Amino acid sequence: MRLRFTPVMAVLGFLFLYGPIASLVIYSFNESKLVTVWGGWSLKWYGELFANQQIMDAAWLSLRIAAISASVAVVLGTMMAMVLVRFRRVRGKSLMTGMVTAPLVMPDVIIGLSLLLLFVAMQGLIGWPGGRGFSTILIAHITFGMAFVAVVVQSRLSDMDDAVEEAALDLGASPARVFFDITLPMITPALIAGWLLAFTLSLDDLVIASFVSGPGASTLPMVIFSKVRLGVSPDINALASLIVLVVSIGIITAALLMRKKP
Amino acid sequence: MGETILAAEARPWREATQKPFVRIRGISKLFGDLAAVDDVSLDIYQGELFCLLGGSGCGKSTLLRMLAGFETPSKGHIEIDGQEMTGIAANLRPTNMMFQSYALFPHMSVEKNVAYGLLREGVPKTEAMARTADMLSLVKLEGFARRRPQQLSGGQQQRVALARSLIKQPKLLLLDEPLGALDKKLREETQFELIRIQEDLGVTFIVVTHDQEEAMTLSTRIGVMDRGRIVQVGEPRQIYEAPDTKFVADFIGSVNIFDGEVDAAAPDMMRVNTPEGAILCPPLPGLKAHQKVHVAVRPERIQLSRGPIKAANTLQGIVDEVAYMGNLSVYRVRLEGGRCLKVTAANGLHEENPITWDEAVHIGWSAAASTVLTK
Repeated sequence: MRLRFTPVMAVLGFLFLYGPIASLVIYSFNESKLVTVWGGWSLKWYGELFANQQIMDAAWLSLRIAAISASVAVVLGTMMAMVLVRFRRVRGKSLMTGMVTAPLVMPDVIIGLSLLLLFVAMQGLIGWPGGRGFSTILIAHITFGMAFVAVVVQSRLSDMDDAVEEAALDLGASPARVFFDITLPMITPALIAGWLLAFTLSLDDLVIASFVSGPGASTLPMVIFSKVRLGVSPDINALASLIVLVVSIGIITAALLMRKKP
Repeated sequence: MGETILAAEARPWREATQKPFVRIRGISKLFGDLAAVDDVSLDIYQGELFCLLGGSGCGKSTLLRMLAGFETPSKGHIEIDGQEMTGIAANLRPTNMMFQSYALFPHMSVEKNVAYGLLREGVPKTEAMARTADMLSLVKLEGFARRRPQQLSGGQQQRVALARSLIKQPKLLLLDEPLGALDKKLREETQFELIRIQEDLGVTFIVVTHDQEEAMTLSTRIGVMDRGRIVQVGEPRQIYEAPDTKFVADFIGSVNIFDGEVDAAAPDMMRVNTPEGAILCPPLPGLKAHQKVHVAVRPERIQLSRGPIKAANTLQGIVDEVAYMGNLSVYRVRLEGGRCLKVTAANGLHEENPITWDEAVHIGWSAAASTVLTK
């Protein structure tokens, strides 16, 4: 007898994947003060969350870092992808092709530690960055965000027919014009997908940020982690649900954009 | 007298006084150590439809891309309409190109694709749109202006690509396998369409193709390329009937080649000894006795019969294979020595008892039908 993929299996699969998240979301609407005891529906913890200045500050910091690092990563990552795909003879190109994916597979602990050592050494040598905080987290997030963007844009660019750009050049457009008229519109979905990916990864990062952050610059995941160590309070559920919402929107949009054919 | 003037106009390459429109001088392109194009010199005249013909990797596309300015020659010069092209970027050249993949802009409508060149040139929008509409009607695509390229069939996309490359009224249009992606039936129709448009607009066309039939149908002249070099340039008839080398004879159409050596040469006849026997050929000046040569005989020049044939060259054999093609049949005749020859014969209407498999046959051809090749 052949094995069949039944609806039951699908349900089990989804339950395994999304059950924990679903329970988190449901418990975020819990009335009770105890995290594990159901006390009826309520939006109380959401209200409490927004009243918590520490969490709000951390969230604002995280969003700023995520938005800025994603934007810079898109510019740098696209430049990198252009070099890797479009320029035929670049010295050290194969090394760069291999290395661009390194931040994707390197453990966060190692990236965090190495960046921390770099920042400390730089501060000793050139006096910059003066202390760790917002700017060091930003740099760290740009570094790995760029790698993700480069990979996403690279695959889009290599799917693209070079002749399309040549055709525009042939019709009298300058190389800069070709980039803005032809290349950019054609890779826009990949740019948006890359941006969203970099944004969500930055928002999500705890390990690297913990290494390169300094006093007074705690990102949202850092605040959550430190709060949870003292015991889970229901407002964390509310916060986590909101993050799930934001991240899902980002990921789904990115996936939809990547699926759209050039 | 009127006729001679016409001939000179239609065939400028036969007149020494005519000035070539495109002058290619000693062009080479090296990729690493490999010469993709090797010391090519070529003159192409105003209003010509010139085909660069060759197998894949023979350098024909690289030559075309150097004319367009996408590749920089390693050596040599290109002059178009008296203007030296060295150092002139692709976007500033008086040429336009039609790409094999069509390379249409997927995020623009058909209309915007076609108008792109004009808008980049700074032509006012209303004028550009009017000229685009004219061009679309020339390629019979009225009513498709607002469509996206992906919504069109392959043949329609091909016509959009053609319209786009013609809109700037280039002096020289370069076409890279313009019909390569079309199916056979559509290709044949489009060939004549292409000739019509070329004649209407009077643009000089350089077409790259690997399809010898296409080259024959389209071109005023053909340049046959092999391993980066031009091996022969000539009118289709000349290339077919008087190939310079074994390669050209073999590449253009189908041919039977005999390897042999010159036996004796009289002023009006020459004999070449081959493993299949002596072959009588028209004499070629400058050949010595025992010189190694090839003799090429086209399959349609060979007669086929059950009875003996009166011809300068005759052989006997057995029909090994028959391929019925409709208008003609292709026979593979196995000679006594084991060698097979290709022979084609026209099919008559309701032919009774046609020659078929395993029949013993006589074949023969005139001395004039044998072409002697030294290379």
